[in-house]
Amino acid sequence: MFSGAEVIKFQNVGLRYGLGPEILQDISLQLEEGSFHFLTGASGAGKSSLLRLMYLAHQPSRGLISLFGQDIATTPRSELPPLRRKVGVVFQDFRLIDHLTALENVALPLQISGTNENEIKSNVSELLDWVGLSDQMNNRPPILSGGQKQRVAIARAVITRPKLLLADEPTGNVDDRIAMRLMHLFEELNKIGTTIVLATHNKTLVNDFIYPRLHLQKRSLQIYKPGEYNWKGELDYEELS
Amino acid sequence: MQGKIILPLTGDVASRYVPWFIAFMVWLAVLALAAVLILSSHTEQWRNDLTGNITIQVPAHGEEKNPGTEEDFRYVLSLLRDIPEIASAEEIPRDQVIKLLIPWLGREITSGQLLLPIPRIISVKIKSKAKLDVERLWEMLNKKINGVQVDDHQVWLAKLFALTDLIEGISSLILLLVSIACVATVIFATRTSLNIHSHLIDLLHIIGARDEFVAHQFCRYAMFLGFKGGLLGIGMGIATFFVVDLLASGANSSFLVPLTLSLSQWVCIMAIALVAPAISAITSWATVLKVLSRVM
Repeated sequence: MFSGAEVIKFQNVGLRYGLGPEILQDISLQLEEGSFHFLTGASGAGKSSLLRLMYLAHQPSRGLISLFGQDIATTPRSELPPLRRKVGVVFQDFRLIDHLTALENVALPLQISGTNENEIKSNVSELLDWVGLSDQMNNRPPILSGGQKQRVAIARAVITRPKLLLADEPTGNVDDRIAMRLMHLFEELNKIGTTIVLATHNKTLVNDFIYPRLHLQKRSLQIYKPGEYNWKGELDYEELS
Repeated sequence: MQGKIILPLTGDVASRYVPWFIAFMVWLAVLALAAVLILSSHTEQWRNDLTGNITIQVPAHGEEKNPGTEEDFRYVLSLLRDIPEIASAEEIPRDQVIKLLIPWLGREITSGQLLLPIPRIISVKIKSKAKLDVERLWEMLNKKINGVQVDDHQVWLAKLFALTDLIEGISSLILLLVSIACVATVIFATRTSLNIHSHLIDLLHIIGARDEFVAHQFCRYAMFLGFKGGLLGIGMGIATFFVVDLLASGANSSFLVPLTLSLSQWVCIMAIALVAPAISAITSWATVLKVLSRVM
């Protein structure tokens, strides 16, 4: 399953916001093509910040990040959009555009990449049907439930078949049945070569699915192979001091 | 979907005040441009009318009701007609001279109550491309008749042209200031909208949108607002133009130039309705690209 090509690599990465303390310290990791990782850690441990670094919304305060073999620090700004199009992101707060329909929200990445309209419509309809939202296509996010929004957000992230999928609590607002269905969707994507990093608080998922775990604790990252850990219980809030 | 504006710019405050501001600026631009165009065409007409014409005044010598001696007058006329550069020399009838004096001396002059020595006036047309030495002509005439005046209108024309140049300069300055004000307003409105929608722009970037994609969204909307404001301003400008024309024609003053424009001049004025959206769109595009170049 693992072809060995490097998708993302962090070397001694640190991140601080403004003049505040470092919230991520000396993060080093290397994710290979086709890998699947859980990202865990208590609330405030920096999971979302780490994901933001991965989807190039932030620059690190120090250290090196390379995405698909390209050093981000030396990549010209004009060459970042093609890199970002290879990354699908599911946000914790969905970040759907309220005045666009579910269909238009999901179609957005295709529209940005210049796909023709017929192709957009058929692909998006098919995917929304798959995530069980075929009857909600023309509804706008404000009238969708939390779980429906979550599925629209996931559909938007995977519509372009990204090489790297970063999901921040993608099962946080859905029931167990939908959560399992979404996990199977992620596994299907993973089987066709998509590298997946899934941030979650859901201990059942982490324990039931046998994937490596990136665990953030006290600003640092530990990497556990499957079977090296059993997530039983941790502090709900990270002690950062 | 392809052409849909993704950013909800229609709800911004800018979409309410920018068209009105642009309309006001376009209104000013229409009036300033109309002034420039009308003055330019009239200046050219005055130049054509007066260049190649001179006026000669034969003095009346102050005798009661004696409009210059006939002998002096005939001498001047015969001398003028002998000069090869002169095409024609005709006396302006006394009635017409009196009519020209009414605005300065009042209607009493027609009743004969004012016993003024009115000179006899000769209008001289110079042949086209011929060069007449006006100074030498004056010297020749004054050797025989003391007090003859030769007026080639150059002093009056120079002052008139200086005035029209000044008005044209001020109008051009107004056009320039109006353009700068429009650009500044669009920059301000665009930057405000960029701040309001920063979370959505951030999302578009994360999804892989280029700056040009975002700029295109702003550019299209700014063009729409500019066009709306432009049409409104043109309408206001034309209405003002006709009201002023109506008031001017009612005043019946010989000092006011008729407010008429040729077809090409109307096209020029209407073009402002296209210039306004063009300025808005280009400014908005450039502003977005400049601001976004500073983010990751």
